[in-house]
Amino acid sequence: MPTVHFTDAAGAVRDVQGNPGDSVMETAVRNGVPGIVAECGGSLSCATCHVFVREDCLAQLPPMEDMEDEMLYGTAVDREDNSRLSCQLRLTDELELFVTTPETQV
Amino acid sequence: MGAHTAEQPAPVTDLSVPTRTGLLIIGASQSGVQLAVSLRALGFDEHITLLGDEDHRPYQRPALSKEFLQGTVESESLIFRSNEYWAEHNVDLVKGEYIVRIDKEADGSGVAHSSSGKQFPFKRLALTVGARARKLEIEGGDLDGVLYLRNADDALALKARVGDAQDVVVIGGGFIGLEAASSLQKMGKNVTVLEFGPRLVGRAVGEETAEYFLQAHRSRGLDIRLNTSARRFTGADGGTSVAAVELQDGTVLPAQIVLVGIGVIPNTQLAEQLGLTVDNGIVVDRFALASDGTTVAIGDCANMPNPVPGSEPGERIRLESVNNAIEHAKVAAYSLTGRREEYAGIPWFWSNQADLKLQIAGLCNGYDRTVLRRDEERGKFSVLYYRQGQVIAADCVNAPLDFMAVKNALAKGQNIPADAAADPATPLKTITTDS
Repeated sequence: MPTVHFTDAAGAVRDVQGNPGDSVMETAVRNGVPGIVAECGGSLSCATCHVFVREDCLAQLPPMEDMEDEMLYGTAVDREDNSRLSCQLRLTDELELFVTTPETQV
Repeated sequence: MGAHTAEQPAPVTDLSVPTRTGLLIIGASQSGVQLAVSLRALGFDEHITLLGDEDHRPYQRPALSKEFLQGTVESESLIFRSNEYWAEHNVDLVKGEYIVRIDKEADGSGVAHSSSGKQFPFKRLALTVGARARKLEIEGGDLDGVLYLRNADDALALKARVGDAQDVVVIGGGFIGLEAASSLQKMGKNVTVLEFGPRLVGRAVGEETAEYFLQAHRSRGLDIRLNTSARRFTGADGGTSVAAVELQDGTVLPAQIVLVGIGVIPNTQLAEQLGLTVDNGIVVDRFALASDGTTVAIGDCANMPNPVPGSEPGERIRLESVNNAIEHAKVAAYSLTGRREEYAGIPWFWSNQADLKLQIAGLCNGYDRTVLRRDEERGKFSVLYYRQGQVIAADCVNAPLDFMAVKNALAKGQNIPADAAADPATPLKTITTDS
């Protein structure tokens, strides 16, 4: 079962098991992980599901499309090289992903 | 009610009556869900009942006219929170109960009665009752296949008919109509959109954006007819299913599905029954409190003081959007926990139609100048709205950088000088000024 380890800006860790096919954002929201707002529900319209992906996990993820790239310039906490929008990250069978949520999303 | 004495038999416990809840939230959609979530985040520790009249767990609506209709997302992924979440947070989810009457005391407590005869006592009440689709009252309006799109059952009904249909007529060129029309066209249907007014999307966007969408949709093959309305719907050979739409000018369009999207009406029946002030929605103050001073009302059903900085004193507004449902719920959550916090943030909206991603920041009411930014090659289009030299809103199509720049500038009380903004090659972020 895929697992996502969410670390918040203060360092608290929460491990959430998800279903293959769901996005990291959906997994977070359904379980009430603070730090992911996701106003637009995953339609790439709001940039409030921003996460920083641990460097060694980046290669497992799908490449970024232009729209995600542009939306990332509007995040509440400035983007970094390891920034992604978690609505665009789908869980796969054996995925184990480590992400940090920013201090604020709005 | 007399006191029970030892001689009297113990009263029979009615198991259909739930225990008294601290807060009863009527309406389990975006604003109701957010209210419960925000209250828990603020440390509100009273029991919460989140009650909805649908037989579904609370879900997100925007995808219904787009991804859900097209089958690219499963219904499960629209669910807001897992059952475990609600259980862990001491929130009772009640599905399929329609509240018909509320008895309320001056202190804010009371009992809500459902159509099935159940009672829901509460100490405090929140109305997050939303809005319902405006019905088109013309001949044939009750034929099978004349559909609306407001909730999951509507979407399921539409989805169930799509397979057999070749021709679809969409009545109303607003967001819902255009989103559904684009989806249905993508699914291979022959779609015609009838708009009663002279342009698309009514007052939600400015003239330039409406015109842009008209051209963009027409160039993608959508048949859009402005200044046109339906006279009646007819069935085939006296059948009960819709077969055609007859226009005012006598034109007859075949249609196995008619989808009506002509706006919504706020649900104010309960508020009226409670004696609350109602005027295009339930009238609330800056803290989301209704006229009785105890009931909160938020989201699509509420008419509130315009929260946008710089708006006219006394100006009121009712907003229909996800963003408003969320922000207004936060205001109400503060009120219910004894704090007084006003609406923060700039209203924003989105609408995805085919490959057109519209994002709107702010409200364009009262603008005196527009600045157009258009990059034909990359299919980007933005309109910035100004009032007395100050940017107040923007409509952005496939231009998230412009959208984000304007939204952020508005939130920080900054300006984007109009003359400099006119060059579409200039990133707005680089010319934003402290005004």
